[in-house]
Amino acid sequence: MTELKTVQGVTVALLSGELDHHTARLMRCEIDREITEKRPRRLVIDFSGVTFMDSSGIGLIMGRYKLMNERGGSVTVARPPVYIKKVLRLAGVDRLAPISDTLDDLLPAEDYAKEAERIEQTSGQTN
Amino acid sequence: MSRQAVRPINEMSVSFPALSENERFARLAVSGFLSQLDPNIAELSDIKTAVSEAVTNAIVHGYRETKGEVSMQVRIFGGGRITIKIQDKGCGMEDIEKAMTPLYTSSPEEERAGLGFTIMATFMERVRVKSRPGKGTTVLLERTVQGKQRL
Ligand SMILES: Nc1ncnc2c1ncn2[C@@H]1O[C@H](COP(=O)(O)OP(=O)(O)OP(=O)(O)O)[C@@H](O)[C@H]1O
Ligand SMILES: [Mg+2]
Repeated sequence: MTELKTVQGVTVALLSGELDHHTARLMRCEIDREITEKRPRRLVIDFSGVTFMDSSGIGLIMGRYKLMNERGGSVTVARPPVYIKKVLRLAGVDRLAPISDTLDDLLPAEDYAKEAERIEQTSGQTN
Repeated sequence: MSRQAVRPINEMSVSFPALSENERFARLAVSGFLSQLDPNIAELSDIKTAVSEAVTNAIVHGYRETKGEVSMQVRIFGGGRITIKIQDKGCGMEDIEKAMTPLYTSSPEEERAGLGFTIMATFMERVRVKSRPGKGTTVLLERTVQGKQRL
């Protein structure tokens, strides 16, 4: 599942559930639609609700990096659980997209408090 | 060699059509069967990831997302040794060594990272691949499961 929110040029994509070749297709489509419509300068992919990820997740990050890079924007990978970090590290994802353990400083200042709270609530529900 | 002589303590086989929906099923079937070894979370996560890579490869490369049957066999030996065999009767590979090179992918346009075999090799202790063009591919994954109580 993908929950998208764009505030002041920052798109947060909150992914939840298992990320494999089967589920990546829809997640990719939904993120790309948001990016194409809202044209953010930064895409934050929030992995806090992802319970499983294989190389399809790496493909998804690489593809979004390419898309954002073409538009002069950046991608940040946020809050990956330990088992996902292992795959990210193996793939050397941090060379393309920095990995952050929190959402602090990633969201626009004014909306940050409100947004963090909302995301906190949503990830609580979907787990 | 003498490998055939070692008999598994337990084993299971499943086969399923090459549908992407079954990638998740394959992971769950393996982790369900291996629960008797009481694997710890890290071991289970590693094994599920490796299985997912091999099964996804059978579906997307072996059968090129067309009809086909994927079969999987899991065996448990003494000392927590496990083997997982994933087999397809799809297109096969010309050059296995090249296919197993980190970052090599035959389909970059599908946003593939070329990391499936690298993940299998890192998360399992041994990966063996047999493949024949036009006949299909067999991937054999091996490792030991320590389990929770032995940690
Ligand atoms: N079962 C198979 N049948 C035919 N070819 C295969 C099979 N498995 C792998 N290959 C070939 O080996 C290559 C490398 O596989 P690998 O899993 O490492 O990367 P990938 O599948 O291309 O990308 P990723 O796994 O990162 O999404 C594939 O691109 C494909 O050409
Ligand atoms: Mg693969």
